[in-house]
Amino acid sequence: MQLKFKDYDKMSNIVNYLRNYNGPAVKIMEVCGTHTMSIARSGIRTLLSEKIKLISGPGCPVCVTAINRIDEIFELAKRHDTIIATFGDMLKVPGSKAGFNLSMLKSQGANIQIVYSAMDALNLAMNNKENEIIFLGIGFETTAPGTAVAIKEAAVKCIENFSVFSMHKYVEPALRALIESDDFDIDGFLCPGHVSTILGIRGFEFLVEEYKIPSVITGFEAEDILVAIYKILNQITGDNPSIENEYLRIVSYEGNKLAQNMLNEVFYPDDDLWRGIGVINKSGMAIRNKYSKFDAVKKFNINLDFVDKSTACKCGEIIKGKIQPDECKLFAINCTPENPIGPCMVSSEGACAAFYKYLRF
Amino acid sequence: MDDIITLDYGSGGKKTSQLIDELILKNFNNSQLLKLMDGAILPIQGHIAFSTDSFVVAPYFFPGGDIGKLSVCGTVNDLLMCGAIPKYLSLSLIIEEGFKTNDLSKILLSIRNTAIECGVNVVTGDTKVVEKGKGDGIYINTAGIGVIETEHYGKDKIEEGDAVIITGFVGDHGIAVMSARNNFFVETDIISDCMPLINIAKIIFKYGTKVKIMRDPTRGGLATTLNEFVEDTDFSIELNEKEIPIRDNVHYACEILGIDPLYSANEGKIVIIAADEIKQQLLNDLKELEEGKNAAIIGKVTKNHKGLVVLKTPIGGSRILTKLTGAQLPRIC
Repeated sequence: MQLKFKDYDKMSNIVNYLRNYNGPAVKIMEVCGTHTMSIARSGIRTLLSEKIKLISGPGCPVCVTAINRIDEIFELAKRHDTIIATFGDMLKVPGSKAGFNLSMLKSQGANIQIVYSAMDALNLAMNNKENEIIFLGIGFETTAPGTAVAIKEAAVKCIENFSVFSMHKYVEPALRALIESDDFDIDGFLCPGHVSTILGIRGFEFLVEEYKIPSVITGFEAEDILVAIYKILNQITGDNPSIENEYLRIVSYEGNKLAQNMLNEVFYPDDDLWRGIGVINKSGMAIRNKYSKFDAVKKFNINLDFVDKSTACKCGEIIKGKIQPDECKLFAINCTPENPIGPCMVSSEGACAAFYKYLRF
Repeated sequence: MDDIITLDYGSGGKKTSQLIDELILKNFNNSQLLKLMDGAILPIQGHIAFSTDSFVVAPYFFPGGDIGKLSVCGTVNDLLMCGAIPKYLSLSLIIEEGFKTNDLSKILLSIRNTAIECGVNVVTGDTKVVEKGKGDGIYINTAGIGVIETEHYGKDKIEEGDAVIITGFVGDHGIAVMSARNNFFVETDIISDCMPLINIAKIIFKYGTKVKIMRDPTRGGLATTLNEFVEDTDFSIELNEKEIPIRDNVHYACEILGIDPLYSANEGKIVIIAADEIKQQLLNDLKELEEGKNAAIIGKVTKNHKGLVVLKTPIGGSRILTKLTGAQLPRIC
């Protein structure tokens, strides 16, 4: 079914079906943080039969950034000649010291600037020659090509004062780690729309070919998501796991070749630490030697620690789909958007923030 | 005058006098101000409302307005929300060394025009010049006095069944300023709704105590204002998202930036809680005005979710609408 943008009235049949669904109980994971937020904002959970549970997965890039890395960012921010260029989401993420974040460092005098793309950070470098600009590379295959473009551009223009702390990650290894974990208990995936625009349908075929898990690539409108849930249920009840593309208006089979090539040219897969999950082999986007001039890890001798520090916060369990946000003892008591303990509460796309903002009736 | 403002213009000496004569008095020619006393002596009868606000917007010229217009509208609108007709304003300027005199002149002209539109006189004021790097171009503070026109409004007057009305499109100002600040959406026409609400408030005053409370939903937007109405009360507000007027271009900009228009600032709208029996007539009256033609009834007061604002989404789901927490920051992807 193809729908035009915000065509609410056509949805009533699907909404009725999902509300009255009485088949086998199912758990569907939305991999992407933007889906998590969209589901919460549109009130989709309040429309579903009790037999359909939506589980938020590891798809918020801020939420999976390890505490160690956040602490390392703080150390970089304390350098007097440095400007940290970052997406806004990172400002309030606490490191290992509760309540301490980039926003606080900024008010103490650290030079931290919000940018909307890696190219903005590069422009900042070109306009502030006396400062070292470190761009915090956060995000999956969606944002990473932008970072790759900025790094290539910096190389062409021989920019000396620009580097990237790459914490970019690949989605596929994380999904594989999740599926292969002992207590994996998910019946279907809502595959991330933005990442799929880059990777194409092809990038998610492994979910069906290797693991036989019903999967639908979908956009971010409420109608997109409802249709995708409906399609996943059809796959489950019809015992016909496949990879369907509900985001036809954007996602192709092959994806964006240019962006894929860009990623491959600038990054290579290296082991990486995921908050709450631990080290996942070949899941991080490390900067290739050819561009090491722009690799903040090398430029500033950042000592990457790979031990996943545990805290009282249950973000790790939440992004693996083991518990819902309100099952964490800190939720809405010690951990609130004003005073977040874990990244799932601070990130605009975190499961806890979505739950706190929209679902605490 | 020089092309730029220097520290000398804040010295209290000749240059300060020059600034006052050539820029301030030229724009605000009234008997109280012309006396140039340390304060204004004002004839007022009845109960007064008294309000102050400071304006630090960057950039100070934005689509649909500027910091000058905003500084008059902000305080005038606050007085109106108290049920008062604004009469007098004070004007305090904190100018950063190096500020262009031409820009200052434009801002003062904008203040003058807006004050005339609102029927208020700028009767006292102050100017300071701070060193380069210690300001952000220009900061403005205004304080205002108005005479109470109607019995006071308050959340204690809200009752179950009351209607929630908004006087037009929400979110315009916040997105216009954010776009101007970041050079986003240069091809689009998102402009601030910054304007005095005097005409629209006069319509509302006519309904006396049938209007329970009203407020201009500035910082924090519609969502935060509605939360303030019902927090710590037995009531809840249930909104119908479909009915909330949001311009398409604002909607699209918000989707790209990952920002919720319901939290975006407005500078020319009023949200009203009114008795159910007058809602339609009030709406009709508002729609007669140019500035109220897009007014809409967007929800009602219930007792279903004590202290909460709940939004019914277009697909029929529900979610709560909390107060804004911190600043809205654009998302990663």
